[in-house]
Amino acid sequence: MPLLETKEVTKQFGGLTAVDRMDFVIDEGQIFSIIGPNGAGKTTFFNTMTGIYKPEGGQIEFMNQSVIGKRPDQIANLGISRTFQNIRLFGNMTVIENILVGMFTRLRQSAIGIIFRSRYFKGEEEKAHQRVLELMDFVGIGGLGDELARNLPYGMQRRVEIARALSSDPKLLLLDEPTAGMNPHETDEAIALFRRLRDELGITILLIEHDMRVVMGISERISVMDYGRKIAEGTPEEIRANPKVIEAYLGREAMEMSIDGLSDADV
Amino acid sequence: MPELKLNFSTLSQKLFVRLNQGKTPYIFSILYLTLGTTLVYISPRSIIAFLIFISSPIFIYYLRMDTRFKLVIGVVTALVLVPVLGVRNIFLLETIFQISVFAALALGLNIVVGFAGLLDLGYVAFYAVGAYVWAIFGSQQMFLLHSIPGTTSTSGQFFLPASAFYLFLFLGIGLAAITGILLGLPVLRLRGDYLAIVTLGFGEVIRVLANNLDKPINLTNGPQGISPIQRPPLSASLMDALRIFLNPLVGHNVTEGEFYNLFFYLAALVVIVVVIILVQRLDDSNVGRAWTAIREDEVAAIAMGVPLVKMKLAAFAAGASFAGAMGVLFAANRTFVSPESFSFMQSIGVLSMVILGGLGSIPGVIVGAAAVVILNLQVLQGLSLYLSTLRQSGAVIPIINFEWKNLSTQLDPAKYQRMLFGLILIIMMIYRPAGLIPAERRKRELHSRNAAKEDHIEEEIHDVVEEL
Repeated sequence: MPLLETKEVTKQFGGLTAVDRMDFVIDEGQIFSIIGPNGAGKTTFFNTMTGIYKPEGGQIEFMNQSVIGKRPDQIANLGISRTFQNIRLFGNMTVIENILVGMFTRLRQSAIGIIFRSRYFKGEEEKAHQRVLELMDFVGIGGLGDELARNLPYGMQRRVEIARALSSDPKLLLLDEPTAGMNPHETDEAIALFRRLRDELGITILLIEHDMRVVMGISERISVMDYGRKIAEGTPEEIRANPKVIEAYLGREAMEMSIDGLSDADV
Repeated sequence: MPELKLNFSTLSQKLFVRLNQGKTPYIFSILYLTLGTTLVYISPRSIIAFLIFISSPIFIYYLRMDTRFKLVIGVVTALVLVPVLGVRNIFLLETIFQISVFAALALGLNIVVGFAGLLDLGYVAFYAVGAYVWAIFGSQQMFLLHSIPGTTSTSGQFFLPASAFYLFLFLGIGLAAITGILLGLPVLRLRGDYLAIVTLGFGEVIRVLANNLDKPINLTNGPQGISPIQRPPLSASLMDALRIFLNPLVGHNVTEGEFYNLFFYLAALVVIVVVIILVQRLDDSNVGRAWTAIREDEVAAIAMGVPLVKMKLAAFAAGASFAGAMGVLFAANRTFVSPESFSFMQSIGVLSMVILGGLGSIPGVIVGAAAVVILNLQVLQGLSLYLSTLRQSGAVIPIINFEWKNLSTQLDPAKYQRMLFGLILIIMMIYRPAGLIPAERRKRELHSRNAAKEDHIEEEIHDVVEEL
């Protein structure tokens, strides 16, 4: 069953077409990757899906409901959550508070309840805290709750960002280069975490990734973008063998030399 | 230089640790408060005595003591010591009133600037809205709508009864909040410097409106301002009853004017306590977290589901409403308002209180407001007074043989208020950029985990009991 479907989505910046008539379907429960060279329009495509950019044309449907024209917070409320390429945590808030912000749409707090500290409000806050602690344990940052987000090491910040994205109970999680800047060991842990997100929490995952080890390791389907267009889509095996993909990554000459080399080295 | 700072801070830390052991804080705070009270009682005009007295709440707040003890000592200070000492020297009461007014303003601005990170340079406009609402309806101005500016009413009658003040306290809050939303709506797309410039313009618009709305209908009486404005009624029998206690303590018959000073001090105290509780509770909720998230990273905040427009408007409205309440109180206290009181410099003044105290820090902002008001009203004016007595006494500085009376009046410290203030801000920005009392995030992981564990243990006990 398709969870998210885009039809002919186009995003232009002045004369530049960053995303060019993207058609794309992600099924519920999939782990899906979008790859492509730098500047291919992957992050722009993410931003269009999450409402940060308004597309010039096309359709985006999430759970059979159009999200075109909706504000980013409304889209987040529908169940699409994300992380950012260059981590965007709330640096001067604690880890717990960061994750609590992610729960904004899930907490029902009225002004009256907040001001008079109603029993309902206290109950909501207490439940929220417990949920945050569970999420922290789940992504492996237990015990860091009272640290300021900006004081954490890079890998931990990535995990906080994922926990924050998870706290809104999303159906679909968009991860923008989640393992960028991680060492091989951290990358392995991240891959394991993504699998658990899908297997244990049932969250559909769409990720942008450069690290072929990650992409080939966990994706069930892969889309390849170049110059704003989808140039290929398929299983990891199909993508690895696709000459168009290799050309996009390495240029035509290199392709002729190293089809075998690339696939061996990167898997 | 940094070494000096380090030494100083470690020294004060050591001192603080020593003060915080066992019964020491109780003894120390009581002694300190007694010392301050006695000094102010003996010499009501001494600045040093006043500074010792007024700094005691800081110790009471920060020393490790039983909360109930803190509460009792705080209530005694606020409801017994300050009124008695204040009636002996009404200037003290006036200073504390102004501290409360500016602390409430600073707390309101702190929501907008400190929490939500929206730089507002026209904040005093909301204060003006509150003040003018009561000024227009609580004076004779409604009878003079069609007269030329400057006419005074001959009837001596007021448009509304004086007790309408209490209603207008709430109307002022509401109207200021609406003004905040109206300002917020068009400027929400703007960020940083652009937002600051537009809010600055808005502040000026309100002041210019107050200045010019004397025609075609004379709503604000123009630059001359509105006077007299009614004060809420005080019951004569209550005053007589209070005189029985107050007169012997104070040493003279307490006048009605002094009772009004007391009343406004208490009213400001109530407002400030309500404001502190509100701000604290808002801060520790979904709303406060959303504001801080917006300050930290707008894009991330909206991607996490925080509705930017709604939350920013809420910040503007909440901040404005406190200013509105204080505006109404201010108009009644002064019985006079004019556009001058709401100049751009006032907005800057409130903003510097927030920055001086610590952006986003509730105790910091209050201390910031107190520091600025005391500097303006007590320290600088006290120094000026001291210099002028020296001038008149004909004293001579030895060695250089300089006669005080030759000292230029241009060197009057009260005239250097802004310069000193700028210097203090610069020094602060270099050595304590986060403010006097920097904002701290709440720590709660350990607490919640322990709570959960206790719940768990309780459940287990419960189960065991049931099995038995």
